[in-house]
Amino acid sequence: MIRSFVFGAALATAAAALAAAPDRGAVNDAVIAEAGLPRTLSEYGFFTDAAAQIPTARVTPYRLNTPLWSDGAEKLRFVYVPQGTQAKADGEGLIDLPVGAALIKTFAFQKDGKRRLIETRVLLHRADGWLALPYVWNDEQTEAKLAVAGARMPVTTPAGEAIDYRVPNKNQCKECHGLNGEVIPIGPKARNLSADWLDRFADAGMIDKVPAVANRIPMWEDRATVSVAAAARGYLEANCAHCHRPGATASNSGLDLRWEQSDPHAIGIMKHPVAAGRGAGNLLYDVVPGKPDQSILTYRMASSEAGVAMPELGKATVDHDGLEAVERWIAALPQMDAARADH
Amino acid sequence: MTALALCAASPAYAATHEIAAGDGAGQRLQEALILSEPGDEVVLGAGRFVLDDGLSLDVDNVTVRGAGMNATVLDFTGQKGAGEGLLVTSDKVTLRDFAVENPQGDGIKSKGADNIVYQRVRVTWTSGPKPTNGAYGIYPVESTGVLIAECEVSGASDAGIYVGQSRKITVRNSIARQNVAGIEIENSRDAIVERNMVTGNTGGILVFDLPNLPVMGGGNVLVRENLVSTNTTPNFAPKGNIVAGVPRGTGIMVMANEQVWVDNNTIVDNPTAAVMVVSYIKPFEDKRYNPYPREVVVADNQAYDNGQAPDLPGIAPVVQAFGGALPTLMWDGLQQDDDTPAVLASPEMPGWSLNLSKQGQSMAEARPGPLSVPAYGQPWNMEGIGAPKELEARLVS
Repeated sequence: MIRSFVFGAALATAAAALAAAPDRGAVNDAVIAEAGLPRTLSEYGFFTDAAAQIPTARVTPYRLNTPLWSDGAEKLRFVYVPQGTQAKADGEGLIDLPVGAALIKTFAFQKDGKRRLIETRVLLHRADGWLALPYVWNDEQTEAKLAVAGARMPVTTPAGEAIDYRVPNKNQCKECHGLNGEVIPIGPKARNLSADWLDRFADAGMIDKVPAVANRIPMWEDRATVSVAAAARGYLEANCAHCHRPGATASNSGLDLRWEQSDPHAIGIMKHPVAAGRGAGNLLYDVVPGKPDQSILTYRMASSEAGVAMPELGKATVDHDGLEAVERWIAALPQMDAARADH
Repeated sequence: MTALALCAASPAYAATHEIAAGDGAGQRLQEALILSEPGDEVVLGAGRFVLDDGLSLDVDNVTVRGAGMNATVLDFTGQKGAGEGLLVTSDKVTLRDFAVENPQGDGIKSKGADNIVYQRVRVTWTSGPKPTNGAYGIYPVESTGVLIAECEVSGASDAGIYVGQSRKITVRNSIARQNVAGIEIENSRDAIVERNMVTGNTGGILVFDLPNLPVMGGGNVLVRENLVSTNTTPNFAPKGNIVAGVPRGTGIMVMANEQVWVDNNTIVDNPTAAVMVVSYIKPFEDKRYNPYPREVVVADNQAYDNGQAPDLPGIAPVVQAFGGALPTLMWDGLQQDDDTPAVLASPEMPGWSLNLSKQGQSMAEARPGPLSVPAYGQPWNMEGIGAPKELEARLVS
């Protein structure tokens, strides 16, 4: 309920922003483009009112159909496309953002009945590639400062759990955003954006055309009504596949959880772990059809213990909704005989 | 003159970042690892660095060194996040003279980190062998150019020193004890494992090739002049991991590889077998995968007091038949075809075969009998095996 309310609010903001006249200040393009690590978030000029998260012109709010879960943090996502440039549609995958573009994501939790901004992560598309930087908000909520080594701070999650929230350091940004040695965006894939938003993004001239998407990831809040497979695979794509895919951080595991992967073994069905160690929890396979309680995938999702918990970064608690979606999918998979399954 | 000479010896821009133990050490150290530039050194002071998060390094050509593997300790006992103690993802990194204790996951993982040197690095789980310990101590993976020298790992619930999906590797003069596997070379090529002391593990030295991994086709591995003794710790690996199937008391085990040369090792008091050469045992569907060992040469090794209490089901009558101890070399009897022998050994090599008839059969289907394998000839061309010379040049005395 809370989540869909937040999404609804974000969408309304997105619509308003797209409709608004472009006289709401300007982003400082030089700060994005030039070498160096800007010390404060305000230097970029992404917001006309940063505390209220009101974006500058050409900074467009968006949501993902199924997002990455981060201890239930509210996330405010924006994409900036500089004047005179355009993103390019590139099939169902990541939209191709030009040099000079930026992605901005603010993480917030409620405190004393008010939204408290914790951190804003930016991805800058520079001439030599993408750069990921984390900015941590002060208690007064007036400024966010660069924290290359990350930080830890106490927060209370929407589920009421008090946690030591981890702002990732610059290297940890790359652990999730790294692909074949480069840093790339993860979220804004055409298949994980709504047709409606893409239409309006194209109408605003921010992208050259609407990307054609045949098989779209469902809205997370629709998970009870879409197929269990679509809900779970969408969740795994958004929460796991940035590492568990060829060329990324967990490539050596051989597990490939991308939405488009159809090989049962690659997505973990009757696949033995490779380097899971105690993370395997004395279980034999990543996914045992019909048996979520015997699947390493759900065992690790259900843990909050370092060395066992998955994802390794970006969460301290268990996403019970996500876990339930994946459990339902595994439970519905046709059971097979273990000896035959490997063939 | 001295100053000039020093300048000439290192790039002008190289800086040294000195980090002392004490308050905020984790934050200071992680910041130095991020802000270092290629050519820099991050120097850890003596003492215990109490860390609550994993560390990571992603800058090429950086040296991280401490005051010694017993003097500088990175203590991860209270680690809250990350899958390993230290993660290295950049090339040409040198790690030297420090220890990692009680990481919650792996000890030091270097992934896609080419030309890395680990020298005098210790990774220890201080409560001894426990299934709740992390999987790997020293863990280079998907890398070309790996040199591990004078290191020490104990307590890993999988492999102490594990090199996976990599090429051009040397593991030398290191100690692996009280791990499930002491040293494991997996899905890797062109590796030398030499002059290590591998003792008190479940299995000593494993050379494996497994299916369904991005990198397969392990081979060209030289295992020589190691002391492989008293690997008698009961297997404490969590189930599901491939090493959970390694019998207690295995000295050197080769599974599904091509061209492995096992020579001049001293293999003592390993109750299951001194040397075991087997096919991959589980079913698989990966068409790229070859489950058979090919041309594994068991040359002249000093092997004694092995095979006296094998950790194999239904083995008692076989032990009895061999007079109270299994012979040095155990082979499962499987090979790719008659032109591609699994094992070659000198005619005097005492050995036995399970005489299995097809891949995937269990021990229960064994028809134990004496070993009959071809003799080996000249070693194949081993040029290019082992870590590149440039890595050797980075070792200090």
